[in-house]
Amino acid sequence: MTIDLSQFYQVFFDESSEHLAEMERIFLAIDPANPDDEDLNAVFRAAHSIKGGAGTFGFPDMAVVTHTLETLLDKVRHHELALTPEMVDIFLQAGDAISMQLAGHRDGSRVDQQVVERVCERLQAIAANSTAPSAAAPMQAATPAPAEPPPETSPITTYRIVFTPPADLYNRMVRMEPIFDELKTMGEFTVTGRIETQQEFDGYDPTRCRMAWEMTLTTERTVEDIREVFMFVADEEELFIEKQSPEARHTAAPPPQPSDSAAGNGSVMGRRMYDRNEAAPGAYGRRAGETAEASSIRVGVAKVDQLINQMGELVITQAMLAQCAQQLDPVQHEHLHRALSLLERNTRDLQESVMSIRMMPINFIFSRFPRLVHDLAEKLGKQVELKLVGETTELDKGLVEKLADPLTHLVRNSLDHGIESPEVRIAAGKSPQGTITLKAAQQGGRVVVEVADDGAGLNRERILAKAAQNGLPVSDSMSDEEVWQLIFAPGFSTAEQVTDVSGRGVGMDVVLRNVHAMGGRVNLFSSPGTGSRVVISLPLTLAILDGLSVRVGSETFIMPLNSIIESLQPLPSDLNEVGRKNTTVHVRGEYIPLMRLDDIFSIAGAARRPEEAVVMLVDAEGERVALLVDELLGQHQVVIKSIETNYRKVDGTAGATILGNGQVALILDAVDMVRLWRTH
Amino acid sequence: MSMDEQTIMTAESGAREYLTFTLGREEYAMDILKVQEIRGYDSVTQIANTPDFMKGVINLRGVIVPIIDMRIKFNLGNAVYDEFTVVIIINVLGRVIGMVVDGVSDVVTLSPGQIRPAPEFGSGINAEYITGIGTVNEQMLILTDIERLIGSADMQLTAAADNRLDLAA
Repeated sequence: MTIDLSQFYQVFFDESSEHLAEMERIFLAIDPANPDDEDLNAVFRAAHSIKGGAGTFGFPDMAVVTHTLETLLDKVRHHELALTPEMVDIFLQAGDAISMQLAGHRDGSRVDQQVVERVCERLQAIAANSTAPSAAAPMQAATPAPAEPPPETSPITTYRIVFTPPADLYNRMVRMEPIFDELKTMGEFTVTGRIETQQEFDGYDPTRCRMAWEMTLTTERTVEDIREVFMFVADEEELFIEKQSPEARHTAAPPPQPSDSAAGNGSVMGRRMYDRNEAAPGAYGRRAGETAEASSIRVGVAKVDQLINQMGELVITQAMLAQCAQQLDPVQHEHLHRALSLLERNTRDLQESVMSIRMMPINFIFSRFPRLVHDLAEKLGKQVELKLVGETTELDKGLVEKLADPLTHLVRNSLDHGIESPEVRIAAGKSPQGTITLKAAQQGGRVVVEVADDGAGLNRERILAKAAQNGLPVSDSMSDEEVWQLIFAPGFSTAEQVTDVSGRGVGMDVVLRNVHAMGGRVNLFSSPGTGSRVVISLPLTLAILDGLSVRVGSETFIMPLNSIIESLQPLPSDLNEVGRKNTTVHVRGEYIPLMRLDDIFSIAGAARRPEEAVVMLVDAEGERVALLVDELLGQHQVVIKSIETNYRKVDGTAGATILGNGQVALILDAVDMVRLWRTH
Repeated sequence: MSMDEQTIMTAESGAREYLTFTLGREEYAMDILKVQEIRGYDSVTQIANTPDFMKGVINLRGVIVPIIDMRIKFNLGNAVYDEFTVVIIINVLGRVIGMVVDGVSDVVTLSPGQIRPAPEFGSGINAEYITGIGTVNEQMLILTDIERLIGSADMQLTAAADNRLDLAA
């Protein structure tokens, strides 16, 4: 994969430094004669996290040392080996060695290989003296792998790439902009869009893709590299790549045209606005390249929360001031008006900066995984395809960071234990290539992140046997759900072999612990032979939403922009009564049920005749419904506030927000509203 | 006498301070430590499918706070909203809730000797939520257990109360 991991290095360095500091703290405080089990587990988990990160980011030398350290710690943890003061000493030295390697990768400072080798030898010596020296086959510790070989280069070539997508491209939620962006990073790139099939304007369906893109790319990369960019988007026959001769390059290169208007042409309005906003430079969650050390500070979440609350108050105060000033004569109070408009602009800038502190797309962690899956699958001799869904879901920064570890464990587990080897899969009548799906979505007031695989599923017997072996209370009459819960117990592992991929049984208890710490829930679903699914549901303590404010009667509501498909004013002929109470709207050949917001929320004074109001088509988890509102007021970025803090959940809503005038507005939840409407 | 000294004194004698408020012609009192602030009535955002007395939610310095009208709830007084309408913001059960009353009168200190058990009588508020009767300046005060009242199922303010309601139904 061509994903650039370097943007995550800083996070890894920061996290590893923290883990190392934690290890040192515990080792310095520990009583070797009578060590606390919880402390040993904590040290072990820290070492395991560093190893996992080092493996993921391609720092094999660090992984080797941590693996050796971890092997020994595992024995100590399981009381196979008694902790001695000498061991603590060596552990501390090992920590120093890892710190040194870390500094080497971060700052390019010198790493003393002799020290590293000596530490590894001593760790191995202790491990070897213990009763079961075979438990962990030491890796070639003494020969830290050299830096990654430079990528193969091929002479600079100009390619002509033609992508003719199927008509359902947009419905598959594919966006071309990131692909173009990625190609742009590979070399000199131009793109032209053209209309592939003409159609009459009547009955035109904007959700179908009728585009084809013609691109030229001058790069030293290979055709395979280019194909990989299109990996999840294009099938073989939809993508045409040819090498161009140098002369052709001058004649055939199309003039660079702005691809933006062309690319967005077939997309629906609401989504496009959202997307464009998101792609803007400096928009939420985008980080400027983190290069220098200390380019980030870690700040407590409470402080940021406080900042955001105060920001909200400032926005409201500013709106109040503006309202007061409107009553003053603009000529007499020119200075005041000018100062107030300056204040407004500054407030908006400040608000954006404050909000951007916390929100980032989950892609920040998702994009680590293609590399991880690729490498691991190769190591394990498995064929695995990774699907990422909903990468643009925005998540609280605090949650994103804490989610990284659990997700890494889950994906590793899926790969190692879930997906079978190609031979086993073929024997079971499945395609030799397994699929792991990473999915994120906002569902009502929660963000749901899911790791699913189509592997063998959990093995009930093996889990029960292993749990019994570990001394956990089990019985054969336990329900499947209870059995699945067992794998969350500390130290539980069903892997027959201890590998450096997973199988030490730290995974699931770390997952559970981290998710609980975020106030989330973990649900596990599994069926033998068809795969397993782990669903992490996190509370939406704070999130920002692009919303459209709508008026119904005298009330204002916010509809999340990402669930709006389009808005239209229906003709009387498009409306059909069904039964006594129901109405459908006819939109381009589809009959869509009409929900009246004023009925659902018992609001008086709203327009009753649909042709006098506005119909909003919304997407409720794949189902389309039409929503009748009086007026569309405008697009806002709103902070989601919980109603549940002081009250309770309000049906049909995903929370509330505070408008510029200080009033509270409810944020609508399309799925919940449909449910409410059906039961009405 | 400073605030602290007063608190110490009242603590020693077992006396407590109460905020008194009126609903219709009855005078009620609640533990002042539960009161966060007292403010006027602003326009609220209505919440659909809630009982009459649930007026809606307001924005209280960035926090969303539900407002209940005790006058409607207990069928006392006139539920009119003007510049004299008073909202007592209380802090109970870890929640911040606003309650509309006819008026706030005073803060009084009552020692245990001044409080008599509540007789079984029909006041506006259900006897279940009355902890006793106090007398100050020959005026009768009905002491309410605001925490229990807010937490009760028929207020429908908490999800837990909601569940209990479901079971009862």
